[in-house]
Amino acid sequence: MYSEKVMDHFSNPRNVGEIENADGVGEVGNAHCGDIMKIYLKVEDDKIVDVKFKTFGCGAAIATSSIATEMIKGKTIEEAEKLTNKAVVESLDGLPAAKMHCSVLAEEAVKAAIEDYRNKNNK
Amino acid sequence: MSRRVYMDHAATTYVNKDVLEAMLPFYTELFGNPSSVHQFGREVKKHIDKAREQVAKAIGALPEEIYFTAGGSEADNWAIKGIAYANRNKGNHIITTQIEHPGLLESCRFLEKEGFEITYLPVDQFGMISVGDVENAITEKTVLISVMYANNEIGTVQPIQEVAKLAKDKKIVFHTDAVQAVGSIDINVKEQGIDLLSLSAHKFYGPKGVGALYVRKGVKLTNLIHGGHQERSRRAGTENVAGIIGLGKAIELAASRLEENSKRIKGLSDKLITGVMEKVPYTRLNGHPDNRLPGNTSFCFEFIEGESLLLNLDIKGIAGSSGSACSSGSLDPSHVLLAIGLPHEIAHGSLRLSLGDINTEEDVDYVLEVLPPIVDRLRQMSPLFEKVKGGK
Repeated sequence: MYSEKVMDHFSNPRNVGEIENADGVGEVGNAHCGDIMKIYLKVEDDKIVDVKFKTFGCGAAIATSSIATEMIKGKTIEEAEKLTNKAVVESLDGLPAAKMHCSVLAEEAVKAAIEDYRNKNNK
Repeated sequence: MSRRVYMDHAATTYVNKDVLEAMLPFYTELFGNPSSVHQFGREVKKHIDKAREQVAKAIGALPEEIYFTAGGSEADNWAIKGIAYANRNKGNHIITTQIEHPGLLESCRFLEKEGFEITYLPVDQFGMISVGDVENAITEKTVLISVMYANNEIGTVQPIQEVAKLAKDKKIVFHTDAVQAVGSIDINVKEQGIDLLSLSAHKFYGPKGVGALYVRKGVKLTNLIHGGHQERSRRAGTENVAGIIGLGKAIELAASRLEENSKRIKGLSDKLITGVMEKVPYTRLNGHPDNRLPGNTSFCFEFIEGESLLLNLDIKGIAGSSGSACSSGSLDPSHVLLAIGLPHEIAHGSLRLSLGDINTEEDVDYVLEVLPPIVDRLRQMSPLFEKVKGGK
C-alpha cells in the first residue's frame, strides 16, 4: 500500500531527534487521533541550517515528517514556508487516500515551527 | 533476512494439507450439484451429509441442526436478523456486548433502524461481561441474547454457560459467535445450553468463504438468503461443496487434536507474554490474564502507534495485527480496546500476535529478540516518550 519512497523514509527516517535551544519548535496533531509531529528548527540569517523531528504516528506520519525536514533543510524561511502537503505527497511518490492527512500534518508542523521562530524573533 | 514468522492466526489460517486433499476431488471428478437427481449429484450429497455430521459431532449438536453458510459474518447476520424477525410479535429487544465482531454489531445497528432496541453491554478492564448486567438488561421484550464466545482482538473468553442458563431460565434465545473459539476451546452446545452458534472454517485450518450456523431444533429462525431448497429450505444457494467438505474435515481434525494443540500453543503464548512484559517497559497485556484463547496475545505499547510497529515487524518477517486507527481504516482505534477502558492514545499502540499450529519456540524467541528494539526505536522517535523521560 505504501510506495518504495515512503517505506525508505519510514525505515530510515532522516533528521530524527531534537535540537537543543532550537530557534523554532512546532508541534501539531494530538495523541487522541494517533498522530503528533514535532519539528525543531535551527535558523541562521533566515536560513534553516538544521532541522529535526519527532513523530508519534503511523508509517505515513513518520515518512512525511522525514521528507518534510529534508525538503526544508538549507532553505530560507520564506522558501520553507511555501512547503505544501501536495509537494510532500509528490516527493513520496504518492500516499494512500486514507493517509493524506499525514501530509497535511507535516505541512502544518513546518508552518508551526516557522511561526514559533517568527514569534521568538519578532519577524 | 529470510525468516518469516506468521502470528496472525486470528485473522486467518492456512489450509491444512489433509483438508486440502479432502477438498480437491470436489473441484474435478466429484463436481455434481448435490440437488440433482442423477448419480453425479447424489454421490456429492452423501459427502455433504458426512461433513454435516463432522461439524455436528465436533460441537455436540445433531446433524440436522447444522446449516452451512458463506462464513462467520453470514452466520452472525442470519442469527441476529433471523431471530429478531421470527420473534417480532413477541418483542423487539436484543442484548449483546460492546466487543462483538462487526458482523454482529452491524447487524444489530441495521435492526435498530428497523425499530429494534439493542442493549450493548459494557465489559470490564479484562474484556469480561458481567452475568448480573445481562440479567439486569432483560426486559419483557427481550427475544435474543448474543454474547461472543471469545474475543478476536483480546482473546477474552466469556462465561457462556452461565449466560446460556440465564437465557434459558428466562425463555430467551441465546446465540454465541464462536468464530474464534471453535477449534481452540472444547465446545458442547447441548451441555452448555447454546441455542445458536456461528463458526468459520478458515480460523481452524479450513478454507475461506465457508462456515456454519448451528440452530437448536425447535428454535424459530427467519431465512436470510431466499431461493432454492438447499439446506432444508433454510439457506438457498448451490452449496460450496469443496468448502463444506473442507470445513467438515478441518473441524474433525481440530477436535481430535484440540487438547494437545491448545496446550502446546498456550505454552508458547505464555512464554511470549512473559517475555514481552519483562523486556518492554510501559506495556500492558490486553484481555483476561487467565480466561483467554490459547493462541491470543495482545499488548499495548505506550507512546507508539500500532501501524508503524506492524510495518517494522513486517520488515523483519513477523506478521501481526493492530487495533490502531491507522490499521483499521477509521479515525478511532478498535472498539474493543476502547470498551476495556483504554484511552485513545494507548489503544493506538496495540499489537496482537495470535499463535497457531505452525509456531515454534524459536518463533517466540525470534519475536522476543526483534520486538523490544523496534519498540525502543519508535519510542526514541516519539514526542510522547520524550515527556516521560523528562519526568514531565
